Amino acid sequence: MRVRRALTRWLVVLGLLHGIVICAGFFAPYDPAEQDRKSPYLPPMRLHLLDSQGHLHAHPFVYSLKLHKGSFDQYEEDTTEAQQVKFFVSGAGYRLLGFLPSRRHLFGTENARIYLLGTDAYGRDQLSRLLFGGQVSLVAGLLGAGITLLIGLSIGAVAGYFGGWRDTLLMRLAELFMALPWLYLLFAIRAFLPLTVSPLKAFFLIIVVIGTVGWARPARLVRGVVLSAKERDFVRAARGFGATNGYLLRRHILPETSSVLLTQAAILIPQYVLAEMTLSFLGLGVPEPVPSWGNLLSSLQQYSVLVSYWWMYLPAVVIVPFFLVYLGLASSLQERGDAYKIETRSLGNLT
Amino acid sequence: MRYLLRRLSHALLLLAGVSVLTFLFTALAPGTYFDEMRMNPQIAPETIAALRAQYGLDKPLPLRYVSWLSSLLQGEMGFSFAYNSPVAPLLLVRARNTLLLTITSTLLAWMVALPLGIWSAERLGRLPDRLLSWGTAMLLVIPDLALALGLLVFAVRSGWFPTGGMASIDFEALSVFNKLRDLALHMILPVTALVLSTLALLVRHVRAAVADVLNAPFLLAALGHGIPKRTLLYRYALPAAANPLISLFGFSIGVLLSGSLLIEVVMSWPGLGPLLLEAILARDLYLVIGGILFSTFFLVGGNLLADLLLYWADPRIRTESNPR
Repeated sequence: MRVRRALTRWLVVLGLLHGIVICAGFFAPYDPAEQDRKSPYLPPMRLHLLDSQGHLHAHPFVYSLKLHKGSFDQYEEDTTEAQQVKFFVSGAGYRLLGFLPSRRHLFGTENARIYLLGTDAYGRDQLSRLLFGGQVSLVAGLLGAGITLLIGLSIGAVAGYFGGWRDTLLMRLAELFMALPWLYLLFAIRAFLPLTVSPLKAFFLIIVVIGTVGWARPARLVRGVVLSAKERDFVRAARGFGATNGYLLRRHILPETSSVLLTQAAILIPQYVLAEMTLSFLGLGVPEPVPSWGNLLSSLQQYSVLVSYWWMYLPAVVIVPFFLVYLGLASSLQERGDAYKIETRSLGNLT
Repeated sequence: MRYLLRRLSHALLLLAGVSVLTFLFTALAPGTYFDEMRMNPQIAPETIAALRAQYGLDKPLPLRYVSWLSSLLQGEMGFSFAYNSPVAPLLLVRARNTLLLTITSTLLAWMVALPLGIWSAERLGRLPDRLLSWGTAMLLVIPDLALALGLLVFAVRSGWFPTGGMASIDFEALSVFNKLRDLALHMILPVTALVLSTLALLVRHVRAAVADVLNAPFLLAALGHGIPKRTLLYRYALPAAANPLISLFGFSIGVLLSGSLLIEVVMSWPGLGPLLLEAILARDLYLVIGGILFSTFFLVGGNLLADLLLYWADPRIRTESNPR
């Protein structure tokens, strides 16, 4: 019961976080590609309730930033006019969930621009880029994990169910893949794919590469489950009644692997999001101007950015909750799996 | 002895398999180093063809593999197009730096993780243990990339540590002692990043393994005999819990190698990572293959070391492999 409650809690939080990223257009104040060339590397604006005269405002507001006198990259707050933060304002057009055209944004300002996480070299809003970048990174993680699990499931099922030379061959291959340091393997495969391609193509390339690298571990786990499942009494009985291999696998054996697959998914998705981030960070992944969590951070490779514009690092901090929730989900799923195993074992002892 | 031979042959087979696999991947590659030359109108197609022939790229894959094997036996591991020199010497220098980093951080991480895990297992479920569990969970979810960049931002803003490379500019002029000091200062950041990136995993496993053993009847008996707590934990419980931990040791080397690839690039440590990245971007075929093989070699070596340790630590394996 406790496990199930924890599981629900993690799932709800996960749903919320993903909801925000999926509806990035609504939550982000601007289009991720929109440039404000007059204000590169603007530091994050602070939300205020008290203005410079000490008056309390009912609405939160920000001050626009202007160049510090005699400097070309130091900004200070322009305290003459408070820019009230308005909710549900109309702004840049976007398509909600990819098809609903809308211009409504959760928040924004009317006369000036608001940058809660600062801007990058081209004056693009980091918050908007972070939210839209999440779409790219998370989809990469989800699809990549899907590919891995599909490959892992089929290879594990074949190895476990048919056994014999197929089992030996496939498991040796799995060992080979597990012996490679996975980041190097990812690099190796990426190395021999075309370097300069369109963003969309690069994106799917990355997903396929990431997805194919990690099949070995899930395949071994699935094989283990299949091995024990095919000796169960009901499977033998079904076989005795003349069930075909395909039917047995589909109807009786593969459903047994669902718990393992779910846990693996919760482990793999954040791992693959990370993989995408690493590749994009190093310039081997999704290219500009499409934002992703990896290439948001890649400007930090320049020493000058690192020294002067610390807020470029903020996206790295903001994405940590995603990994936390996935970890929580994975451990509750694991606990549930263990509890289930103990349950069936004790039942087995009773009969 | 038979056990060791079996492990050794297994490791060699793995290496051979990996080399075949990387070669296969290269065969699937659509581009080569010479593609950009083709764009250049000043270079005749015949020249490119001659270059391809010189490097043996016009031969079929199995032949290329065989010639690469023979060059491996001569200690060359193929020829780098970009550096115009054999691959092995290039890699060896870089590999030394990578090893320096990974070995130091492996040792440090384990030196911290063992006492911490045991300390936590001893207080299982109590407040300090739960705090530590939360701490490791937080550490576990911070991506390596964020960790490394964060450390770098911190170093730059505080100005306490050098923020890149392996040595100061005036390194050659320093005395031996100052050279070591300089190296150590430069190592602090990457080693910290690497240690932090594996620490959480190690502490959690040590805690679980020791907690598992602590319930054993023989430990209760030892406690009843009045054996002091510290002896109990380190002399009795730790060896009993060692088996899964030693396997984890082999695994942790792999994690650290993958981690060091990224951290070397971020912190511009002249290890295998930056070289490999460069080679990938330039499609320097044999350098990429060599880099991957080197890292696999370290990984397999680490696992072999773990097997050796296991052989030494676990009497069951010794008796199993020596038939009566």
